Amino acid sequence: MTPGLAARLAGQKHIATPRRETPFHPRLKELSETNDWYTWAGCKAPHSIFDTELEYFCIRSQAALFDISPMMKYRITGPDAERYLNRLTLRDVRKLAVGRVQYTAWCDDHGHVLDDGTLFRLDADDFRLCCQERHLPWLLDSAIGFSVTVEEETEVIAGLALQGPTSFSILQAAGFAGVDALKPFQLARFPHEDAEVTISRTGFTGDLGYELFVPVGKALSLWDRLWTAGRLHGLKAIGYDALNRARIEAGFIVANADFVTAEGALRTDRGRMPDEIGLDWLVDTEKPFFNGRDAILRARERRTLKHILVGLEIEGNIPAEHAIVYHRGKREVGLVTAAIWSPLAKRNIAIASLERPFGERIADDLCVEIYAMRELQYRKLMKRAKIVPRPFVRLDRRTFTPPGRF
Amino acid sequence: MGSRMKRYDVVMIGGGHNGLVAACYLQRAGLDVVVLEKNDWVGGAATSRELTPGFTYSNCSYVCSLFRPEIMRDLELPEHGLQVVAYEGGAVFTRDGDYLASYRDHDSHRREFARWSKRDAEAYDRYARDVTRQCRFIQPLLMRTAPDPFSFRPRDISELIHLARKFGEFTPSQIAQTLRFWTMSISDFLDEYFETDVIKAYLALSGIIGTALGPMSPGTAYVLLHHYMGEVDGSVGAWGYARGGMGAVSRALASSFQAWGGTIRIGADVEKVLTRNGEAAGVVLCGGEEVLGKLVVSNADVKRTFLKLVDEQDLPDTFLHRVRHFKMRGSSGKLNIALDSLPEFPALPAGSSCIRGDLHFTDSVERMERAYDDWKAGRWSADPFVDMVIPTQLDPTMAPPGKHFMSCFVQYCPPKVEGRDWTDADRDAFAETVISQIAEYSPGFRERIVHMEVRTPREIEEEVGLTEGNIFQGELTFDQLLFNRPVPGYAQYRSPVKGLYLCGSSTHPGGGVMGAPGRNAAAEILRDLRLGTKHMSQAHDVI
Repeated sequence: MTPGLAARLAGQKHIATPRRETPFHPRLKELSETNDWYTWAGCKAPHSIFDTELEYFCIRSQAALFDISPMMKYRITGPDAERYLNRLTLRDVRKLAVGRVQYTAWCDDHGHVLDDGTLFRLDADDFRLCCQERHLPWLLDSAIGFSVTVEEETEVIAGLALQGPTSFSILQAAGFAGVDALKPFQLARFPHEDAEVTISRTGFTGDLGYELFVPVGKALSLWDRLWTAGRLHGLKAIGYDALNRARIEAGFIVANADFVTAEGALRTDRGRMPDEIGLDWLVDTEKPFFNGRDAILRARERRTLKHILVGLEIEGNIPAEHAIVYHRGKREVGLVTAAIWSPLAKRNIAIASLERPFGERIADDLCVEIYAMRELQYRKLMKRAKIVPRPFVRLDRRTFTPPGRF
Repeated sequence: MGSRMKRYDVVMIGGGHNGLVAACYLQRAGLDVVVLEKNDWVGGAATSRELTPGFTYSNCSYVCSLFRPEIMRDLELPEHGLQVVAYEGGAVFTRDGDYLASYRDHDSHRREFARWSKRDAEAYDRYARDVTRQCRFIQPLLMRTAPDPFSFRPRDISELIHLARKFGEFTPSQIAQTLRFWTMSISDFLDEYFETDVIKAYLALSGIIGTALGPMSPGTAYVLLHHYMGEVDGSVGAWGYARGGMGAVSRALASSFQAWGGTIRIGADVEKVLTRNGEAAGVVLCGGEEVLGKLVVSNADVKRTFLKLVDEQDLPDTFLHRVRHFKMRGSSGKLNIALDSLPEFPALPAGSSCIRGDLHFTDSVERMERAYDDWKAGRWSADPFVDMVIPTQLDPTMAPPGKHFMSCFVQYCPPKVEGRDWTDADRDAFAETVISQIAEYSPGFRERIVHMEVRTPREIEEEVGLTEGNIFQGELTFDQLLFNRPVPGYAQYRSPVKGLYLCGSSTHPGGGVMGAPGRNAAAEILRDLRLGTKHMSQAHDVI
């Protein structure tokens, strides 16, 4: 249904701000020393706030506040919501209890992953799906025949990630009573002014941490509440570059960075099945039919899976971002999609996509070709690479309940 | 005269952009080429003339995207003054006082579409992806001669294998999609993606421009593709203005041609192709002068060439039958308007960049289809759709500062008015229909008009020589593409008359200021002459 004229005319002013500012932008702008912005889903978002390196250490030693408002958020409600999401996604949504969060993914008919994301069960018939890419046509088309309402709420719900060892202490200091009971992947609602904030023990850092969702009108007061509480706990605002380092250490993948989403791919061979991007463990073969199921099972049975996603540990200390992976120094077998020197593991780590059987049956004798530009000269390095399990870094504090006051 | 008379290697009939492209390539291969142009200027439908002091028009074609960059480079057109400037999207005005704009910036584009439908705003990405996939398939075919599937010559077979291989890179569902794309109507195609009428209307326009079909006619989805597969500097689907008007393309080509020693004769109207022993030997100009050549290449359309310039007795019956039935129906007109100031469109927000792109007034597919109904009845559309641009906002060379040139492409406009010839009164009434439509959305528009050139199919045929004023030298529907363009068995630029070639838009890959037909024709001629084609770039890789 086309919106009425008044609503459309009111919307015309969008051209005045080609980059949407998130509800937290006034605070970020104030704090930003580097003034280093990029565009995330049409929003102005910080690469860094003061110093990427130091921001990273905030995540690992104190606490970091990261604005996740640009993340796509869909609200799925109605009596068929569970059945609908079970048909849509790979995991069994019937096993997702109210107040819990599932990391999941969903596929097209060819079994190619459309996106990965987190599914929040706010109530029996009330879910929130968070992800990187836009999927409204897909979600609406899939809803035909289900008694369910799908609504995009990205611009009405603001989100913050509060991550790091002191994040629990900050929430407590901010007066969120009962937050100590939250286990990993659990959520609860807390009063904030005359509204509610949903806090879940989730995050993208592999560390102790939380994500907070609040109506946009309450965004700034929530920020201020955390900021005040965080003063004695080393709280800092961070940009994406620092978060990206933490997420690589945690071994998480990013849609359209570590794999190309099925709907976004122009070249048809770029689609990836869950098993090809390390998401095989999400596929629940016992649950009722879900989209892409037949194709995934057929590929497994016929062994036609072409790719595999692996963690690599690379000798030396030069990050191997977008390096080609070779077998026996000659044969091209894949590509590094993300790589950093891990300050926590003190290792040169990478996430790579390899062509099977490399990384599957043939896992030895791999190396990566790194082109390191040094003062306008390339140093070409061939470095040995070893397949290692992800996450690269495991932190006990991530799962302790109640969390410690680090 | 007689034996003392100069005999050129190649006589080119018509100095349109394809004729000039072919002439350039042939001249550079060492041949002695003469281009015979009936008008006092070259360019055919890619021409810019100053009809009122200070204003340069793009008299026919008005925007540039399809012209192949490989040709621009081969023929050194930048050195000869050609510059193509990219421009921003555009807008369609709606009858309720709103508009739908289109922007180059992906997020602005999405947010604009989302004003009308959040779903459609995101569906646009799917649509753009699918159309781009089709373009990626077809783009490399533009600069290759279409294989003849029935010749069984090694070359045709290897070309067919090449085609099959390209096709083989597709998944079965994409092959199905491609076949549907080539045959379905633009309206049906858009229905698969969008729910909002104004969005469909905006996108449907490219499916019917220059085509005597409505948005609901099968085959129009391909026409859209044809308009999408161009590029400006690698940005596929983008459109630009040739700086100085579309005549700048022809001027650069003519200059490049002459720099290599080619001869252009203006005011040289060809009356007949001369044949000796069934072979082309030159042409006869109106007035009787003969221009002799070892080969004759016609830039004129297939009907004009074989129904007017060649003796029918030199041609096989089936061939003639096919030529007569090649669809080349007049369907559009043009208004070129000199304005003493930039028109105002109160519906557009101040400072919006969309005024620098294509502006339309037709906000529903149904209105387009009804406009087509008028054409079927032999009338120009009472509620026509107009593709309007004001290039002088980005090109300061075409009008004095503060003044503007506006190009209005208008559809539908029949080749004959209810079966009779156009009169001047008809032409003026047609112009009034368009002006009153613009004035509805732009108060004070009439008062800004300094000069106006109105072109119905009558004027376009009369001046440019395009049969019925059809801008593509034949409609771009699947029955008239590839090895069926223009005539099965004669799709490789040769004709039943030995030594007579076609190089205009009637041939593969078709119309638009693309240059590919001219280039491909030159390649075939050089092949026949056993001359090298090293100076011709292959199509850029699509990776």
